[in-house]
Amino acid sequence: MSNIAISIKNLGKSYQITHRGRDVIRYRKFGDALIDIAKRIIPFTKKKISHETKETFWALDDISFDVRQGEQIGIIGRNGAGKSTLLKIASRITSPTRGSIEIAGRVSSLLEVGTGFHPELTGRENIFLNGAVLGMSRADIRRRFDAIVDFAEVEKFLDTPVKHYSSGMYMRLAFSVAAHLEPDILIVDEVLAVGDAAFQRKCLGKMKEVGGQGRTVLFVSHNMGAITEFCSRAIMLERGTIKADGTPAQVIPLYAGIGRGNSAGVFSFKDSGGPCHIDRVLLSNIHDQPSVDFELSEPISIKIEYEVRELLTELQFAITLNKDGIDLFQTFDTDDDHEILPTIPGRYFATYTIPEKTLKEGTYSLRITAGTPAELMRDISGEITFEVASHTLSLLKKSYRTDRQGIIISPGHWKQK
Amino acid sequence: MSTIEKHTIVISSSNTHGRYFHDLWSYRDLLFFLSWRDILVRYKQTVIGIAWAVVRPLLTMLIFSFVFGRIAKLPSSGTAYPLMVFSAMLPWYFFAGALTDSSNSLLVNSNMISKVYFPRLLIPASTIAVSLVDLGISLVIMLGLMAWYGVWPTFRILALIPLIVIAITAALGLGLWFAALNVRYRDFRYIVPFITQIGLYVSPVGFSSTVIPEHWRLAYSINPMVSVIDGFRWALLDTNTDLYFPGIILSLAVIFILLASGIWYFRRTENTFADEI
Repeated sequence: MSNIAISIKNLGKSYQITHRGRDVIRYRKFGDALIDIAKRIIPFTKKKISHETKETFWALDDISFDVRQGEQIGIIGRNGAGKSTLLKIASRITSPTRGSIEIAGRVSSLLEVGTGFHPELTGRENIFLNGAVLGMSRADIRRRFDAIVDFAEVEKFLDTPVKHYSSGMYMRLAFSVAAHLEPDILIVDEVLAVGDAAFQRKCLGKMKEVGGQGRTVLFVSHNMGAITEFCSRAIMLERGTIKADGTPAQVIPLYAGIGRGNSAGVFSFKDSGGPCHIDRVLLSNIHDQPSVDFELSEPISIKIEYEVRELLTELQFAITLNKDGIDLFQTFDTDDDHEILPTIPGRYFATYTIPEKTLKEGTYSLRITAGTPAELMRDISGEITFEVASHTLSLLKKSYRTDRQGIIISPGHWKQK
Repeated sequence: MSTIEKHTIVISSSNTHGRYFHDLWSYRDLLFFLSWRDILVRYKQTVIGIAWAVVRPLLTMLIFSFVFGRIAKLPSSGTAYPLMVFSAMLPWYFFAGALTDSSNSLLVNSNMISKVYFPRLLIPASTIAVSLVDLGISLVIMLGLMAWYGVWPTFRILALIPLIVIAITAALGLGLWFAALNVRYRDFRYIVPFITQIGLYVSPVGFSSTVIPEHWRLAYSINPMVSVIDGFRWALLDTNTDLYFPGIILSLAVIFILLASGIWYFRRTENTFADEI
């Protein structure tokens, strides 16, 4: 183990999905288990003819790579590519089905900010509790207490229950505890996606400092800027396997490419089974051509193509538009309906149009969900992104300017007499 | 963190690394903080927290004394009936509370389980602390009641310490089973309150275990709380009964089997908690 910090060999993780008819069974029942045992013990009872089918899903499939000490690795990939599963196995939260990971040194993992925080407890109490949850001893926490409080900037509120904190204060305190761990290996999941820009910058700064001290970092993010800035190596996962491994400059273009599919603007999805399946989402411009690069002066149409396989009484689609981690709005296809009518099996299209001159220049992502009020059937997030730029309108004038305050362009009009 | 030596860990599907108890020991501070959190949260709503610990056993004691002592006219082994009932209520409510809390503990802390590693055993173990504090409060009330009836504690009161340890072990042993089963089977949580309800009447809480026919006495001690309750009465009161040693030995054996099998089952299933919770 000269200077290898993490050695991953043929790692695989599978989940069993049990179906009964068309339903996915999420929880086992103790009653059923007892009946099964009874049937096995008592002779001459009819053995159950199982109409349950089991499906094995490999979240990670035969992953191998080594991480040298002091390397900062960015792990990228679409939702469901296996990034979080990999981090969870490396953090010992769940165990692999096959293969192994060898880790030399103390590991701290930060899959969420503020794990174990209790709203009724004060800031001071939560620092101790959260520190212990993350693996610090009482002496460690006491020694770093002042540094943690300093970094979080919450001195005045140390004895206030955190339920009274603003979300910004809460995040700062939670990150601060984690940032003062001193592990040999740090595993970080998408925690920077939350909080405001200043907070994100501060966190990234702290992480750079940690990396600068020769610690090994495993970092999952959707933020390609952060990966480029912070990591020396990037690994891209796709459907549980390694798709690319190299410098961020080599790997990120591949990642940016996958969302664009066969032709830019057409996003196809694998059949997930279930009563409602979205097979394609098309983004198209004013000329009805699929695209992911839009002019500020043109409308953007979002077309969802889907198939309904059984009678659904309250099927709804929702689109959430997000920029830099902030949700701009959410809209439902049933927003204008007084009453939601049942949907009979068949193929359908639903189209929503974002009017022109609404979105400022920048990168946007869409989350599309389908389901009934009782059940979420499909959730597509992080996969559909598009750009808005302006070549035809002058950005120096008017409210289109990106340096104006606010995220969107003012939709109203002024009148003066 | 700097105090812990560098080591290499291997994570694989078998996960039979021999560091299980070493790991538990190195996370001992977390056991303290989790217990401390539960106690703080419980008693932050101070009035309700303490009132609950006081009122519940007192009310039950009054009802039991009335039903079993006055109406059914069961014998009280030479002491005041309310004292006999309340001295049994101390270990019983401790056991029932600790069992209920530890059974639910994994589900209550599911967020932590799916986001961070630490020995999972600490979660059910830490819940016992709250019940211990409740027991402490009840014990003060007990001493007050004893003073009211003019019963003074003797050196026998020291026997409470091993008795409480036995009760902790019993609650933890069964609690580990139930906590793990609760994760695996979502309908299991309906069974736990049922068991504590039945247990209250099956255990000698409202009556003295001397009312049990002699030839059933040993079998009755399979319920490990029988010996703990008898022990509490012997330690606190001026009863005219002696300890029943064959029963105590049987209870200890049952408790040992519960704890050993509880740890075994918990370890066998804890790797999948994060996937199933």
